Amino acid sequence: MNMQLSRRQLLKLTGAGAAGSALGAFGFGGAEEAMAQAVRPFKLARATETRNTCPYCSVSCGMILYSLGDRSKNARSEIFHVEGDPDNPVNRGTLCPKGAGVLDFIRAKTRVKHPMYRAPGTAAFKQVSWDWAMDRIATLMKEDRDRNFIAANKDGVTVNRWTTTGFLAGCATSNEAGWLTWKVTRGLGLIQVDNQARI
Amino acid sequence: MTNSWTDIKNADIVLVMGGNAAEAHPCGFKWVAEAKAHNNARLVVVDPRFTRSAAVSDYYCPIRAGTDTAYLLGVINYLLTTGKYHAEYVKHFTNASYIVKDTFAFNPEEGLYSGYNAERRTYDRSSWDYEMGEDGFAVRDLTLEHPRSVFQLLKQHVSRYTPEMVERICGSPKDKFLKVCEYIGSTGNGEKSMTIMYALGWTQHSYGSQTIRTAGMLQLMLGNMGVPGGGVNALRGHSNVQGLTDIGLLSQSTPGYLAMPTDREPTLASHFANRDFRPLQANQISFWQNYNKFYVSLLKAMYGTAATKDNEFGYAWLPKIDKVYDTLQQFELMHQGQMNGYICQGFNPLLSVPNKNKMRAALSKLKFLVSIDPLETETARFWENHGEFNDIDSAKVQTEVFMLPSTCFAEDEGSFTNSSRTLNWRWKAADGPGESRTDTVIMADLFLRIRDLYAKNGGAVPEPIQNLDWNYVQARNPSPDELLRELNGKALADLKDPTDPTKILRRAGEQVDGFAQLRDDGSTMSGCWIYSGAYTEAGNMTARRDNTDPSGLGVHPKWGFAWPANRRVLYNRASSDPNGKPWSARKQYIHWNGSRWVGPDVPDYAPTLSPERAAGPFIMNAEGVSRLFARKLMAEGPFPEHYEPFESPVANVLHPKTPTNPAARVFKGDMEVFGTAKDFPYVATTYRLTEHFHYWTKHVKLNAIVQPEFFVEISPDLAREKGIQNGGWVRVFSNRGSVKAKAVVTKRIPVLKVDGKTVHTVGMPIHFGFIGETKKSFGVNTLTPFVGDANTQTPEYKAFLVDIEPLASGPAVS
Amino acid sequence: MATLQSLDLQRRSATSGTPPAARKTLEVAKLIDVSKCIGCKACQVACMEWNDLREEVGEVTGVYDNPHDLSPATWTLMRFTEWDNPDTGNLEWLIRKDGCMHCSDPGCLKACPAPGAIVQYSNGIVDFVSENCIGCGYCVKGCPFNIPRISKADNKAYKCTLCSDRVAVGQAPACVKACPTQALVFGSKEDMIAHGEERVADLKSRGYDKAGVYDPAGVGGTHVMYVLHHADKPPIYAGLPLAPKISPLVEMWKGLTKNVGLLGIGFAAVFGFMHYVVNGPNRVSDEDEQAAAKLKGDGT
Repeated sequence: MNMQLSRRQLLKLTGAGAAGSALGAFGFGGAEEAMAQAVRPFKLARATETRNTCPYCSVSCGMILYSLGDRSKNARSEIFHVEGDPDNPVNRGTLCPKGAGVLDFIRAKTRVKHPMYRAPGTAAFKQVSWDWAMDRIATLMKEDRDRNFIAANKDGVTVNRWTTTGFLAGCATSNEAGWLTWKVTRGLGLIQVDNQARI
Repeated sequence: MTNSWTDIKNADIVLVMGGNAAEAHPCGFKWVAEAKAHNNARLVVVDPRFTRSAAVSDYYCPIRAGTDTAYLLGVINYLLTTGKYHAEYVKHFTNASYIVKDTFAFNPEEGLYSGYNAERRTYDRSSWDYEMGEDGFAVRDLTLEHPRSVFQLLKQHVSRYTPEMVERICGSPKDKFLKVCEYIGSTGNGEKSMTIMYALGWTQHSYGSQTIRTAGMLQLMLGNMGVPGGGVNALRGHSNVQGLTDIGLLSQSTPGYLAMPTDREPTLASHFANRDFRPLQANQISFWQNYNKFYVSLLKAMYGTAATKDNEFGYAWLPKIDKVYDTLQQFELMHQGQMNGYICQGFNPLLSVPNKNKMRAALSKLKFLVSIDPLETETARFWENHGEFNDIDSAKVQTEVFMLPSTCFAEDEGSFTNSSRTLNWRWKAADGPGESRTDTVIMADLFLRIRDLYAKNGGAVPEPIQNLDWNYVQARNPSPDELLRELNGKALADLKDPTDPTKILRRAGEQVDGFAQLRDDGSTMSGCWIYSGAYTEAGNMTARRDNTDPSGLGVHPKWGFAWPANRRVLYNRASSDPNGKPWSARKQYIHWNGSRWVGPDVPDYAPTLSPERAAGPFIMNAEGVSRLFARKLMAEGPFPEHYEPFESPVANVLHPKTPTNPAARVFKGDMEVFGTAKDFPYVATTYRLTEHFHYWTKHVKLNAIVQPEFFVEISPDLAREKGIQNGGWVRVFSNRGSVKAKAVVTKRIPVLKVDGKTVHTVGMPIHFGFIGETKKSFGVNTLTPFVGDANTQTPEYKAFLVDIEPLASGPAVS
Repeated sequence: MATLQSLDLQRRSATSGTPPAARKTLEVAKLIDVSKCIGCKACQVACMEWNDLREEVGEVTGVYDNPHDLSPATWTLMRFTEWDNPDTGNLEWLIRKDGCMHCSDPGCLKACPAPGAIVQYSNGIVDFVSENCIGCGYCVKGCPFNIPRISKADNKAYKCTLCSDRVAVGQAPACVKACPTQALVFGSKEDMIAHGEERVADLKSRGYDKAGVYDPAGVGGTHVMYVLHHADKPPIYAGLPLAPKISPLVEMWKGLTKNVGLLGIGFAAVFGFMHYVVNGPNRVSDEDEQAAAKLKGDGT
């Protein structure tokens, strides 16, 4: 190893050395100051804690989400740290490498932030409004339903099914969202409905 | 899971097979570590790879991927030949004593049961049933000696699975197999218990359900069902895959595992008539006789006041299914051009459904695709060219694609149901980024827009849409609180106590306490009967956070809410003998105290039903006992049988004429692209790594840092044979596609001798794709076959054939 | 009652004098039970997350170790070794969490010429004070475990702090809290030794006759200890030193430290001496590597 010190570092070394030794000569009089200097401040001191559940596997580890601000009107909550919930009887505060890294999922670069639309034959997404996107999807769905809805099968039995549009439900949505999804998909007559249970 | 995560600590033997709990469920695996440290448990791992579960095991036995059924049938044979099974439990609590119809037969040379139709690849299952007595009940022989008793038939059936045969099929050395048998057999006595922890290693085969059945049978033989530290424990995948399955987001399912109407059931009455849950024994109770109450309550939750007795509670508005539209079926139809629209709500099928090239071709035929997801998925960008990783001409893809930003778990509230069936409420910590919206807001918005279009312009059969109950405080933003109340259910009229009509159990409008209060006359509603009890008049039970464990057995009755009825261990009445006495003091759980069933958990039985009535403990079955013989319930036979994967390196040594599952559904075109061992000599298997979660954490920098790139694992022997360097580039190819990867050469991939032939394994983690923080990759589903389990249609991801060759350099990175 | 958060200084680099002795605080320790470790890397991720570190995304080189080495942004790391046990004929996958051992007699601190750049608290934690660090790298050579790393970005040394910020407020280190299988536990050093002994008894009952606690005397004991199933062969665990000790040259330098300030020794002399220390043969490490090769039996 070829050590090269800059002039600034050299000065610092000798100067600090003298100062440090002087401290030593007088004993550890400055210990508290030195300690305060050494230890990084505890970053969660007044952060807001929210109880949640890990989104990944089905152990459902309890999590505490730490966010900036105290939920007062003018402070926007921003999650900056996640830790296991020690009260949860299953994970008892522990997390696996996925759960321990969930902060970078919440803040991933590839989060979708706006409705995006890709027109037929084009090679890029463009940003659209929610209103436009949802109107367009609703129109496309209704067109497909109206054209392909099967009210009765060939034996004349009322079957009220719609087979030409499908719906894959993810499995990191809540039970409540899942129930609403069931209501809506079955309410529309969809039967091509599945989830991640098989995959 | 029949038991719970925390219950695993009570196990004496932990069998990890068909899964890799240490890697895939580390925080659940903690309870294995706990059992080892504080219950002196032994951990036994049977796996085609020496996994991180194996790294901390007491005993490891290798096995060829896809041969677990044969292995487990071999263990059952060992138990029967050595007598190391729980004889009393088998006699009283299983259907071992039931006599099977004399028309039932199994031909061991053919590998087929009676009733097979080769052309349709299905069975007529009518002979797979019990002999019925004149009293209308099934005939039994409690000596178990009748030649057509389930016990004798089973004995005969498994007798072929000797330790030698297991070695020939599975490649597991006989001495290691017998050592595993010894560990397992040590629990067949009531004093000790074994838990089985499995996951996709068992499900993702063309016969996965039968493998899991074999595990269930094994546990029944040992008396390990319903006891602390026992059970067959499916370690579910996603955080809420249990919940969304409970809620019926599967093609053939409704909330609470009731059935979707079919074309053969034009009326509600005919739907009910097809579900005959009459007890098969005198004195037996059969819980499913309450089916109608749950179904009517569901219809009331769907259609509200529009659901009346006169219109069969809106039964006709529910779509009827003519077949199962599972994911594979959906993509097959899409590939045939028979679908126009597709919505993925937090799902990335381009990478998670087999045969990526077929997936991409299928998606290209859609008119529109909607992705509702917190993250950009490969599916949402299937039309985008990513060089070798996704080689497509965008200009030729006419699909309209929408990418809608949804919030993630931290940004909304609601409940998740974990693998132990426990619902836990979650609270919101922050708003989502940008314009993201919750799934509920998106679904509500979509529905209301469509409903408005029908109201304005009319259209095909608008009644089901118009009559859908939408009585939410904010129509465009139904709150999770309201939705969970709806799932729980409430009284729509005053509910009188059936035993004392002067008493009102619940006033109209009040939440019900549980499914016992549901009615079939339209006076109650409940979105999901098994979630009844989750949100009662006492409040949101899923948000309970009292973690006390009074018994010390890992039962936390006041933490969240476990379905059904807050029960933590299923079938727990079986922890006591027929007289209601615990099988052993060590495994005491639920017992009869002279007037009631008592213990640390909610009894899985009628609480005051005396043992003198001799009703069986498995009240979900009409028999009252558990099934070693599955009657007509499985597609390929009432007993499990060894079949090879559709792509296998060897012949089926038991019945070469029927090598593979005769009842598995294979689509035209997919059969043709199965490869043979001549062209693709190596067994491939896919799996998860502990550092990643599906195709999700590749977006997560912290996880990308600790596992950055796709790789394949091979043994040093195969590396030498092929001239492959550790860390060097290779190409792996099947009859469906090819991927490039770095090689990890490791002794952790065993080389097996299978029926005299050397079998090499190529191991491949999933997780990698062309979007996110990890290095760009192809998607391992480029290689996998498009065939599923005959019962569940879970794709055969765990065993197929590939070839491998070294490469001078990797893919061009765009 | 002693508490975990007493962070009185016990030692300070390149500083003479006696630490205050009136208060005796609780010595803490982290116990790493290799036999319970599933190599999941939760500790690695929790460490990066808590300490706001993000290493570059690397690549696969044929092993599961990612990143491949400790670095200024990687303060702890799982090291994986596939070992054929010659006694049983079984493959064992030995997974060791590597990182600072927080020695009672810290070689880094002794070697450090920058006053106050390395401190030892009376609870046993050895911490780096970046502001005082001059990036000379002597700590790297002074460390018998090869732990500190110098950042190219700011030319300062970095390593595990045992989460001194968490311990200061009565919390366990981030890695320990995350660990799913209790392979990592944290508490008083006394309790950790007792817990380690219980674990050793359990391992012996499972046939690991040579199980033991690794708390090497050559560095005065450590505040990060291991439970090893093969405690007679530490080097099979990715080169864990058999008998680590501080180089005698570093010990000599420690004696000289005081003189730097008081006697005004010229920088050149110091530099010359340290240069020899740094570039001189590091015999402890070589011996360990040879021992490791011998035990692994592959001669590489």
